[in-house]
Amino acid sequence: MGVARYWREIPHRYNLIGKKCGVCGKVYFPPRSICPDCRRKSAGKMEDYKLKGSGTVESFSIIHVPPPEFEGKSPYAVALIKMDEGCYLTGQIVDCDLKDIHIGMRVEACFRRIQEDGKRGAIYYGYKFRKAE
Amino acid sequence: MREVAIIGIGMTQFGELWEKSFRDLVAEAGIKAISDAGIEGEKIDAMYIGGMSTGRFIGQEHVAPLAVEVAGLQDLHIPAVRVEAACASGGVAMHQAYIAVASGMYDFVVVGGAEKMTDVVGGEATNILASAADREWEAFFGATFPGLYALMAKYHMHKYGTTQEQLAMVAVKNHYNGSMNPKAQFKRKITVEDVLKSPMVAEPLHLLDCSPITDGASAVILAPLDKAKEYTDKIVKIKASALACDTLSLHGRKRFDSLPAAVHAGKKAYEMAEIKPEDVDLAEVHDCFTIAEIIAIEDLGFVEKGKGGKATEEGLTSLNGEIPVNTSGGLKSKGHPVGATGIAQINEIVLQLRGEAEQRQIKDAKIGLAHNVGGSGGTAVVHILEVV
Repeated sequence: MGVARYWREIPHRYNLIGKKCGVCGKVYFPPRSICPDCRRKSAGKMEDYKLKGSGTVESFSIIHVPPPEFEGKSPYAVALIKMDEGCYLTGQIVDCDLKDIHIGMRVEACFRRIQEDGKRGAIYYGYKFRKAE
Repeated sequence: MREVAIIGIGMTQFGELWEKSFRDLVAEAGIKAISDAGIEGEKIDAMYIGGMSTGRFIGQEHVAPLAVEVAGLQDLHIPAVRVEAACASGGVAMHQAYIAVASGMYDFVVVGGAEKMTDVVGGEATNILASAADREWEAFFGATFPGLYALMAKYHMHKYGTTQEQLAMVAVKNHYNGSMNPKAQFKRKITVEDVLKSPMVAEPLHLLDCSPITDGASAVILAPLDKAKEYTDKIVKIKASALACDTLSLHGRKRFDSLPAAVHAGKKAYEMAEIKPEDVDLAEVHDCFTIAEIIAIEDLGFVEKGKGGKATEEGLTSLNGEIPVNTSGGLKSKGHPVGATGIAQINEIVLQLRGEAEQRQIKDAKIGLAHNVGGSGGTAVVHILEVV
């Protein structure tokens, strides 16, 4: 895969830059071009918005059979996280005993290595989550 | 809009079919459906073929002309279209073909679905299936396809108290039904204990909570209802065909205990057919994972939201239950050649409505429903069929 596909997402994956609708004020992550509530009225009015990075685990799963890019990393936890701004995203939960993860757990984003493009390809970074203090 | 009927059905054996190619499968299902309808090639006006990822499974895109070629219809230059909607490719092909016949544009249409999944090795099939999810914002971060359904399962269990045993009972029931289906990939009965002891894939889903990797193809022949009588005495009418979409990603949805697209498609289909969920005699639902069947029977209104696990445990959806679900064995036991699945569901409903389902026949079945889902719920198609 060409590297442009990854670097164009760097602001979002490194710094959690989402979008805020200039009409209704709702925050979206991953970023989107149109607010599904305001639709046409929001065109051209979606502004960059940096998420605080804190949220709550809405659901999670421990992945035991990983895809090829995550070979050797399992078991690992993937969660559906409700960010404090109200949007949801999918990310891994790290730095804790997998058994301690529960629905309702407070988490915060951290910057981590996500995967690499083979042994000699680019290394991709982005957000994962850990238990909030 | 004209009324549309199904005048022929056909499908291959489902399974790991090492000696058969994609072409062999398409040809076999097509010929069976055409023979079943007793229709001549010159009568065929168009073909629609559902295939999820032929490009990655066999390195071949542009499979619509390939289907025309294997059917020997190239000199008639009939129009053919390949339809892609992940695991709902077959169901969406059916919807498109239905519109084409109902509109009056075409009379006799072949709708097929096919997937040759075992020509890739190792984890490649799993990786290809993950492309039904959001590659950039789900798969990139390590979410697998079973993982997304596991998120729904965990959520459902937390919110409604659905248990792992209840999930397992879906697989047990579907394997029991599949044991009576000669076309099924797995004809072995299993127990709740077998499911719970099978390796963990994505908690809380075990290996036996998941549908398998399968080769197979299926086809049906559509015709205007008023012309159907020339071909068959057992006419099955399409009472409704409804398609609905949602976000590609699970996290983009409004709720996680339901597939809103499936609820929407179901409502539209009931309206179109002018029936209620309780009028349905049997249903084939998209049980790519056990949790998916529990959510499906809720989304389709057979049971209240949150009661799917309990209803399964109480036998509501078993062969002799109030609303038998997945009499074919479902995706779980019959197998899940993704592009073929939606049309294979239609095959089963037609068999049941014609009274040809042998050992697994539901007595006096008049109305059947098929529910086919793409990805984690980004696409949902519901068809309602009735024997006339």
